[in-house]
Amino acid sequence: MKGTPKHVIVAGGGVAGMEAAGSLAEMGYRVTLVEKGEDPGGHLLQWHALFPDRRPADEVRSYLRKRIVHHNISIITRTTVEKIKYHPGGTVSVNLSGGTDEKADAVIVATGFQLFDAHRKEEYGYGIYDNVITSADLEGMFNRGRVAKADNSVPARIGLIHCVGSRDEKVNNNHCSKVCCVTAVKQAIEIREMLPSCEIFCFYMDMRMYGPYYEELYRESQEIHNVNFIRGKVSEASVNINNRLVIKVEDTLAGRPLKMELDIMVLMVGMEMEEAGAKLAEASGFKRGINRFLETGDHHYGNNLSGVRGVFYAGTCTAPMNITDTISHARAAVAETVRYLDGR
Amino acid sequence: MNSEFFITPFNLGLYFILIYSVVRSTVWFRNLSRSDKLRLQRGFFGRPFMDSLREIFMESLLHRKIFRKNPVLGYMHMSLAFGWFLLIVFGTIEADFFGEKHLNPPSHAIFFRWFNPEHGAEGFARIYNVWMDLLLAFILSGLLLAVIKRFIPGMVGMKKRTRHTWTDRVALISLWLIFPSRLFAESFTCGAHGSGSFLTGNLGAALASFLPAAEIAPWFWWLYSLSLGIFFLLLPVSRYFHIPIELFLIFMRNSGINTGDRSSSYTEVQTHACSSCGVCISVCQMSYAAGINDIQSVYFIKGLRNDRDIAAITANCLMCGRCEEVCPVGIELGPMRLIERRQGEREDGTLRLAGKYSLMRKRSSIEKIPTQSYGYLVREEPQKADVLFFAGCMTHLTPSVIVAMKKIMESAGVKYRFMDEKGGVCCGRPLMLAGRDREARELINHNSDIIWKSGAQILVTSCPICYKVFRESYYLDATVMHHSEFINLLIEEGSLRLGYLHKKVVYHDPCELGRGSGIYDEPRAVISYVAELQQASQERNMSLCCGGSLGNLTLSSDKRALIAADAARTLTMSCPDELITACPLCKKTFVQSTKTKVSDIAELVAAALPRPAVKAVKKRATRAAVKATGNS
Repeated sequence: MKGTPKHVIVAGGGVAGMEAAGSLAEMGYRVTLVEKGEDPGGHLLQWHALFPDRRPADEVRSYLRKRIVHHNISIITRTTVEKIKYHPGGTVSVNLSGGTDEKADAVIVATGFQLFDAHRKEEYGYGIYDNVITSADLEGMFNRGRVAKADNSVPARIGLIHCVGSRDEKVNNNHCSKVCCVTAVKQAIEIREMLPSCEIFCFYMDMRMYGPYYEELYRESQEIHNVNFIRGKVSEASVNINNRLVIKVEDTLAGRPLKMELDIMVLMVGMEMEEAGAKLAEASGFKRGINRFLETGDHHYGNNLSGVRGVFYAGTCTAPMNITDTISHARAAVAETVRYLDGR
Repeated sequence: MNSEFFITPFNLGLYFILIYSVVRSTVWFRNLSRSDKLRLQRGFFGRPFMDSLREIFMESLLHRKIFRKNPVLGYMHMSLAFGWFLLIVFGTIEADFFGEKHLNPPSHAIFFRWFNPEHGAEGFARIYNVWMDLLLAFILSGLLLAVIKRFIPGMVGMKKRTRHTWTDRVALISLWLIFPSRLFAESFTCGAHGSGSFLTGNLGAALASFLPAAEIAPWFWWLYSLSLGIFFLLLPVSRYFHIPIELFLIFMRNSGINTGDRSSSYTEVQTHACSSCGVCISVCQMSYAAGINDIQSVYFIKGLRNDRDIAAITANCLMCGRCEEVCPVGIELGPMRLIERRQGEREDGTLRLAGKYSLMRKRSSIEKIPTQSYGYLVREEPQKADVLFFAGCMTHLTPSVIVAMKKIMESAGVKYRFMDEKGGVCCGRPLMLAGRDREARELINHNSDIIWKSGAQILVTSCPICYKVFRESYYLDATVMHHSEFINLLIEEGSLRLGYLHKKVVYHDPCELGRGSGIYDEPRAVISYVAELQQASQERNMSLCCGGSLGNLTLSSDKRALIAADAARTLTMSCPDELITACPLCKKTFVQSTKTKVSDIAELVAAALPRPAVKAVKKRATRAAVKATGNS
C-alpha cells in the first residue's frame, strides 16, 4: 500500500467485527472498531463452552482479543453506528450515536444478532415462573459452576425446549437459527456431567446436526450421557401445587399427548436481527430479507455485498451462523473490502 | 314523429318491475318461517309499520346516516333519492291537477310536458312550474356529484370504490341518462312552444334560437323513455335492486326478524339490499393494513348474489365486525358470513343473466365429510363452588393472566374453583366461528355438565371468546362474567383493596368483548380506578382488531403481523406506559408488534394490590417456630 493508509470502519465488536478488524489491521489498513457495549466480545462473553468440541469459550475470546490489539486499530465503545452513507468520490460517512461523524473509505457492518426475547413466548412462562430459564441463563450457571433451582435446591429433572422463537409462525420467525439444536445437545451433556443423577429431556421438532462432529455429539449424548430426546413441541407450561413446572407436549413419534413435571425448563432461544443493526439498516436503506436479517447481494457468490458501494457485511447480521462460519464470513468480507479499495 | 309510441319502453319497464316485485316478494314471504311470517303480519298492523315508514323516509330518502358520515356523499344520495321521489309525487299531482282528466296512467305524469307543451303560462301553474324545475335542478346537482365520484372518488371523500359487473354498468349509464334526457326533452318542447320555467324555459329558448327544437324534442323523449325502461328492466340484476329491496329489509327488521343461523328469505333480502357502496372496504383492516382487497363484505354479498364459489372470501375474514358497525343499510354481515361458513364448500354456479332473475336461489352445497366425535373426553366429577373460574385455552397460553387472577381472587377472599386448572375442554366458539356447529355443541354439552354440577352462581372467564359463547350458546344457571366485570364487581363491593398506579394506560376493546358482547364500561371503570386511562382514537364499537382473530383460519402470519403492527401503532399514538387489553389473544398478538408494555387488565389490577406485609410473613414464621419448639 502506498501513501496514507486507507480507513475502514467496522460496525460491531463481536466475533465477526473483531476478526475483520484484526485482518484489516494486519494488512496495513487503519481500522476503527465501533462497539455498543463496554467491551468487544459480543455474545461470546456470556458463553461458557463451545460446541462441538466443548472447548472453553475463553480460548476463542482470548484469540479474538489478541487479534484487535494492534496499532492500526482504534476502538470506540458504548457507541452505535446510526447511519452509513456513500458519497460519490469514494468517501463513506458514518454517523455515530452521540452525534459524532466519521469518514472512511469503506465500512464493514458486523452488527450481529440478538437472542429471541423469551418473554414473547408467554405460554412458556419465562419471567412468570421461577425455574424457567433461557439457554443463555444456563451458560451463566455453568460459568458460576452450579446448576440449581431458584430456591437453590438440586434439580431432579430438567427439560430443554428447542426452537423457542425459531421456526415459529406465531412470533413471525420462520427461519431456523441453526445453532440451538447442537447447543442443546452440548448443554445437556454439561448438565449430565454436573448432575449425574438428573433426568434430562430435550423436546425438539427436528434435530438439525448440520456441522462437522455435531451428529457424533448427538449420538454421544444418547449413548454415553443418557439424554432423552422427545419429538414434539411444548404447548404450554404451568406450575402445580408443589411449585414444580408442568408442561404439555405432544409426543409426535408416539402420537399422543404428554404431561411432564420438570424442575427446570431451559428455553433454547433463537437468533434474530439485532435491534441497533435493524435501525442502522432502516436509516441507511439496506435491504432486509423476510427473516429481517440483512439481504446480501447474492446468496452464492456475493454473500458479503450490501448493494451500497463501500459497504460490506460480515457475520450474523446476514443470517444465523456458528462461530466457525462467522470467522470465515468476516475474512471473506475483508477480502471483498480490500478488492474494492484496491480497485478504486 | 309526433306519435306517442315512445312511451312504450317506459311502460314495459315499469310494468315488468312492478309485477316482478310483487311475485318476488310473495315468494319471499311464502318461504319465511312460520314465526317470521307471524312477526311480519303483526308488524304490518302495529308500531313497526310506522317506525318503518319513518326509517324509510330518514334513511332511504334523506340518507341521514350517510349524511352524518360524509355530507357531500349524503347530499348526492339525498338529491337523487328524495329529489326523484318528490318529482314523481309532484309530477303525479301535476298530471292529476292540470291534466285533461283525473287518474292518469303513470306515463302521463312522467311525460307530462310532452302531453301539455303549452302548460304553465300563468297563475298557479307558473309557480308550480318553477317548483318542478327546481326539483329537476336538485336531482341534476346530485347527478353531477355522482359522475364526479365515479371518475374522481377522492373529490367526494371516498377512499375506495367497488368494482362493478357489466349489468351494473349498463344500469348505471341508463340511470345517469334519465335526468339529463328529461331536461333536454322538456327544454326542447318548451323551446318549441315558448313555455317552461327558469331551467327548461330558458334552456329551451336558448336551444330553439339556433336549433329546430320541435324536430329534436321527440328524440330526447325517446331517450328519456328508453333509459327509464332499461333501468327498470335491469334493476333486479343490478346493484340498484337495493333501492326497492331496502324498503322490504327495513320493514322486516322493524318487525323483529333477524338473521339467525341459517339462510332464509331474510338473508336473501339482505343480500339484495346491499348497495355496494363500499363503506365496508374503507374500515376493513384487511384492506388498509394488509392490502387484501377482494374479501370485504361487499364482495362477499356480491358473490352470494351471483352464486359464485366464495368459500375463500367467506373464510378470509377476521370476523371483527367493524363493517357491520358502519353498514348504512344495516346488513348483519357477521351472521351472514357464519351462515355461509356453515354451508361448507359449494359448487361454483356463476349465474347467467337469466339465472339472476330467478326467484329463490337453491345453492348447491357439497356434502360435508362426517367428523369425529369427542367421545374420548374424560368426564371429571366437579367440585362444588360458588365462583367457578374458567381460564380457557388462550389464557393458558398467557399464564401471567392466571397468576394475576389468582392473586386478585385470593386478595378479595373469593372462594373459587379453578375449573380448567389441569387443562379443560375448549368452549366451542372457535368451532362455531369456523361454521362447525354440531362439533361445537358437543363441547358445549361437556362443559355445561361440569358447570351445572358445580352449583356455581358465578362463572368467571378471562377470555372474551369463551365469554361470548358462555353467554349466548350455553344454557346455564350461573351468571357469566368476564373477569373485567368480575373485578369491577369486587371493587364495587369493596372487597378488593387497591392502590393507585401512577401510570398512563390505553385500553384496547377486544372484538368479542366489545362489539361482540357490548362490554365497554366495566373494563374502563376498573382501569380508571387504578391508573390514568387515555383515550384511543379507535375505541368502543369502532375498536380495531388485534389481527390475531380466531375467526380467520386462512390469513397468513405476515399479513396478521401487518394488521397487528398497524393496530398497535394506532393504539400507542399517545405514548402510554402500558397498553391494556382484556383478551389473552389480543395480548399475545400485541406483544409481538409493539415496544410498549402490553398487559391484561387483571395484571394491571394485580400490580395495584397492596404488597403482602412483611410483618404478616414474619408473624406466621414465628408462629411456626413456636409450634415447632412446642412440639419438641
